[in-house]
Amino acid sequence: MRPILMKGHERPLTFLRYNRDGDLLFSCAKDHTPTVWYADNGDRLGTYRGHNGAVWTCDVSRDSARLITASADQTAKLWEVSTGKELFSFRFDAPARSVEFAIGDALAVITTDNFMDHVPTVQVKHIAEDIDDQTDESALVITGIKGRINRAVWGPLNRTIITAGEDATIRIWDSETGQLLKESDKESGHQKTISSLSKSSDWSHFITGSLDKSAKLWDTRTLTLIKTYVTERPVNAVDISPTHDTVVLGGGQDAMNVTMTDRRAGKFEAKFYHKILQEEIGGVKGHFGPINALAFNPDGQSFSSGGEDGYVRLHHFDSDYFNIKMLFETQLVQFLGSYVAG
Amino acid sequence: MALAISMEGIEARARELGVDLSAVDLDSIALPAGEDFGILSDDEEVLHSEDSPELEMGLSNIIVVDNLPVVPPEKFDKLENVIRKIYSQIGVIKENGLWMPVNPETKKTYGYCFIEYNTPQEAELAREKTNGYKLDKSHIFAVNLLDDFEKYMKVPDTWTPAEIKPYTAGENLLKWLTDEKARDQFVIRAGTLTEVYWNDARKLAPELVFQKQYWTDSFIQWSPLGTYLATVHRQGSQVWGGENGFERLMRFAHPMLKLIDFSPGERYLVTYSSHEPSNPRDTHRVVLNIFDVRTGKVMRDFKGSADDYTTGGNIGVSGVSWPIFRWGGGKDDKYFARLGKNIISVYETNTFSLLDKKSLKVENVVDFSWSPTDPIISLFVPEMGGGNQPARVSLVQIPGKEELRQKNLFSVSDCKMYWQNSGEYLAVQVDRYTKTKKSTYTGFELFRIKERDIPIEVLELENKNDKIIAFAWEPKGHRFAIIHGDGPRPDVSFYTMRTANNTNRVSKLTTLKAKQANALYWSPAGRFIVLAGLKGFNGQLEFYNVDELETMATGEHFMATDIMWDPTGRYLATAVTSVHEMENGFQIWSFNGKHLYKVSKDHFYQFIWRPRPPSLLTPEKEEEISRNLKKYSKKYEQEDQDAFNQLSEQDRKRRTQLQEEWDSWVAKWKQMHEEERAYRMELRDGEASDEEEEYEAKEVEVEEVVDVRQEVLAFDQDQE
Repeated sequence: MRPILMKGHERPLTFLRYNRDGDLLFSCAKDHTPTVWYADNGDRLGTYRGHNGAVWTCDVSRDSARLITASADQTAKLWEVSTGKELFSFRFDAPARSVEFAIGDALAVITTDNFMDHVPTVQVKHIAEDIDDQTDESALVITGIKGRINRAVWGPLNRTIITAGEDATIRIWDSETGQLLKESDKESGHQKTISSLSKSSDWSHFITGSLDKSAKLWDTRTLTLIKTYVTERPVNAVDISPTHDTVVLGGGQDAMNVTMTDRRAGKFEAKFYHKILQEEIGGVKGHFGPINALAFNPDGQSFSSGGEDGYVRLHHFDSDYFNIKMLFETQLVQFLGSYVAG
Repeated sequence: MALAISMEGIEARARELGVDLSAVDLDSIALPAGEDFGILSDDEEVLHSEDSPELEMGLSNIIVVDNLPVVPPEKFDKLENVIRKIYSQIGVIKENGLWMPVNPETKKTYGYCFIEYNTPQEAELAREKTNGYKLDKSHIFAVNLLDDFEKYMKVPDTWTPAEIKPYTAGENLLKWLTDEKARDQFVIRAGTLTEVYWNDARKLAPELVFQKQYWTDSFIQWSPLGTYLATVHRQGSQVWGGENGFERLMRFAHPMLKLIDFSPGERYLVTYSSHEPSNPRDTHRVVLNIFDVRTGKVMRDFKGSADDYTTGGNIGVSGVSWPIFRWGGGKDDKYFARLGKNIISVYETNTFSLLDKKSLKVENVVDFSWSPTDPIISLFVPEMGGGNQPARVSLVQIPGKEELRQKNLFSVSDCKMYWQNSGEYLAVQVDRYTKTKKSTYTGFELFRIKERDIPIEVLELENKNDKIIAFAWEPKGHRFAIIHGDGPRPDVSFYTMRTANNTNRVSKLTTLKAKQANALYWSPAGRFIVLAGLKGFNGQLEFYNVDELETMATGEHFMATDIMWDPTGRYLATAVTSVHEMENGFQIWSFNGKHLYKVSKDHFYQFIWRPRPPSLLTPEKEEEISRNLKKYSKKYEQEDQDAFNQLSEQDRKRRTQLQEEWDSWVAKWKQMHEEERAYRMELRDGEASDEEEEYEAKEVEVEEVVDVRQEVLAFDQDQE
C-alpha cells in the first residue's frame, strides 16, 4: 500500500509517538508546534501552540488526556490533548530534551541539556491529577553525566531510570535515590553518541540506536547486551515492533552533509531487521533526508517515520509482511518491495 | 617489559629495608654469569635481536679525497684553494671543514684531505660526482665517505675461498594454488588492517587466511604471478608468502621508499624513492634500485636528478610516470627499458647494463611500449617541424634494434598504443586534427604482428565526431571493444580481427547503443565483458557475452570505484574505496552477473586478487577439457550441492539456536512481568487492565430490543 505523506511541519521532524490505543499520532519538530494526527488516515487533528523553540520529544498519558512536551525553549509543557490547551509549563535553566511519563502518569522524567554553565540533568517531576495542584518542583535531580542526555526513560515499575546520550554509555539509575546502578560495557557497547532509545511494549527490553552505525538490544533489568544490528549509516531512530520479531532502524548521514550527497547515497531508508536473527529483511525508501524519528503503531499494523525533510510518512504493512517465515529459509523475503515505488 | 618498577617504588622499598641508596655502588652489583634471576635484560637480547639501529655517527658528512698531489708548504695554499673551489661547487663546506694533513718531517702533504659538509647528502653527492675526477693526468681523485673506511678496513688481507653452503630446498611458494576447492585469494586493506581471504563463493562469504595490523606503511602489491605479497615501508620493501601462509621471505632496504614494481616474471623488483634536495633550487634526487627478488641482492642502482627520470609519458603518481623502467620480452625478464630525451635506454638483465653499451637513439620520441610476449618495442614520435616531418609509429626488434615496421601518420595530435595480451595485435589509437585544426577525430591503426610483413589496417569510426572513451582487447582473443560517443550515453562497439571467411579483415560484430558505461573489463578468460559505468554513472554494471552477443545480466554497485576480475575469470569484484566517504566495501559477482555477497569496510583502501601463474596445460588440452566440460563438471556440481546443503543445514541450526536463546529470554521476561503485575496495578491506582492486552478481535453479538409490538394476525387454518 502506498504510504501516506503528512505535511504539517515546516522544519525537520524530531520525534513521533502513538497513544496507547494507536489511533493518534503525535509528532514533534524543530518548528515549535507539536501536532496530532489521526493514525489511520493521516488527517491532521490539531496542533499545540505555545512553545518558543524546537520541540525534541513528547509523551502522551495512558488515557490520552494529557501530552507532555520538552522543548529547546527551556520548558516542558503539559497540554490537554483534546483541546490543545496549555495546562502547565515547567521552566528549566537549559533546553529540555527528553520526557516520559511513568507508569500511572503521576511522574515524569525530563532531561535538560548542558547549556552555558549548566550541566546536563535528569529530573523527575510529580504530575498532579488536578492541574491546580501542579508545582514546578523536582522530586529528584540526577547530575554527573557528561555530554548531552538524548533519552531518559522509566524502567519497570518506575524503580529505575535509563539514560543514554552523547557519551555512548547507557546508565540505569535508582529513581528513588538517584544512585547509579548499572553502566553499559564500554567494549561491547556503543562507540559513538546514542541518538535514540525505544522500549519494547512490555518494557522488558529496549533498543538503542547510535551514530556508530549500529543499533543494540538490551535487557531492561540487567542491562545485558542481547543483540546488535549493524548497518552502513549512522542510526538516528529505532523502534521495536509490538507484534512481530522485527525492529526498524532509520538514519542517514549528518544533516550537514546531506546536500553534498546523492539521495540514494544517503540511504534515507527505514531498514527492517529480524529482531532475533539480526538479519536485514528489507527497507522502505522515500524520505529526502535522514530519518530522525520512527514509531510502530501499538497494533503493529503500521509504522510512521519522520525525516529531516519535514515529512511524516505513514506506512501500513502489506500482507506479505505478516507472512514472513524467515526462520527456516535461506532466502530472505524482500517483503517491502512494493514500497520502493512509493 | 615484563617487570616495570618505578623509581619511587624502589626508593620506598629501600627505606623499608634501611638501605641508603646513595651509598650503594650500583656498578659493583653484578649478576653471576649465566644467571639472570628471571629478569630479562632490556639491553642485550632485545637490542641485538632487532636490527641494530643505524647509528648517527656524525661522520657521514665527511669525505676523504685521495690521490692529491703531494706538495711542499709553499704550494699548500694554492692546492687548498683548488680543492676548495672544486668541492664548494657541490655543497657548503663547513667552517674549518677542509683539512689537509701535513707530514711533520717532510713538511709536505700526504696527498689526501678531509672535507666536511653540512649534510650527508652533500657528501654523498660529492663522492658520486668527483670520484674519478681528473685533476691532471697523474692525479685522478679517489673519493670515499669517511664512514666507508671502516668497511674497507675490514676486508681481510688474505683471500679465503667462499664457503659453499649445502643446498636446502626452498619451501613451496605456490602452495596456495593447491587449494582443494580451487578458490582464489584476495588481499584487502581497510583502516590499519591488511587481510588475505579466500573467495569462497559457495559459502557466499570470504574465508580469512591471514591478517595483520600495520602490515604496510603505504600500500600492498602482489607480484605478477602471485607468488609474493609486497609491503612498502619507510625503510624499504618486504615480500611475504610461502607454504604456511604469509611469512617474510625477503627484505629489500631502500630508505624513504615510495614506489615498487615487479618484473613480469617476478624475478626482479624495482624500488623508487625521491629525495628532497638540500638546495631548494635543485630538483629532487631520485634513487632506483633493482633487486633480485630471491636473493635480495641489489642488481643495479640508478641515481640522478628527477628531471632525468621524468621525461615523456604521462606524469602519474607523485610526479613520476611509473613504472620508469618498463619490462619487455615476456616472462623471461630479459630486458627493461626507460624513456630518455631522444633516446630509449634498453638494458639487459644478464649484465644489467645497456644493451650494446648504447641507448637506442630516436629523435623526439615521446612514448614507447613493449609487446607483452616478444622483445619488440613499439614507439611513437610526434609530428615535427610544423608538419613537414610526419609523426610515426615504429616497431623495433630487440636485441637487434632493427625496425620491423614503420608507419607515418599526418596531422596527429595524440597517439595511444594498446597491445593485445598475447602480443598478436597492436592497436594504435590516433587522434588527428580535422582540416580546420580546430577539432580532432580518432582512428585506429591495427598491426598484425604475427603475420608476414606485419600488415596494417586502418579502422575509422562511422561517426567521426565520436570520442573514444575506452578501448580494450579481449585477453587471449582476437576481438576488441570500444566505448565511443559524444553524448552523455555513449555506444559500445565490438570488432573482430578475424571474420568468418577468414579474410583477415577487421569487421564489426555489433554496436550497443546508448549505454551507461565508461570502462571496459574483459574477463581474463575472454568471451565475457563487463561494461561498467563508474564515476558519473554511479556504478552501473552490464555483464555481456560477446560470443552470443547478448546481455547476461545487469547490476549496480552504487558508487563503485574499482572493478577487478579474479585471475580465472569466474568472479568479479567491485569495490568502493576510500575516495568516497560512504559505502566503503566490496561486492563479489559471478561471471554472469549474479550478485554473490557483499562486505562493508570503513576506510577501504585496496582490493587485489592474487594473480595466478599461467596455466601449464597446452592449448590442445585446454580445448579438450572445454569440449568434455559436462563430464568434468558433474563431479563439481555434486560438491556444490553438498556445500549448499551443508550451508543451509548450518544456517538452520544457527537460526534454531538463536530462536531458542530468544525464547528463553522471553520466558524469563514473561515471568518477571507476571510477578510485577500487582505492583503495576497499584501504580495505576488499581486500574485493572494491563498494558499488554492482546489486540484480539472478538465478535460480540449484541441483540437489542428496538421495539415491541403486538399484532393480531388472521389465522388461516386451511393451510395446516
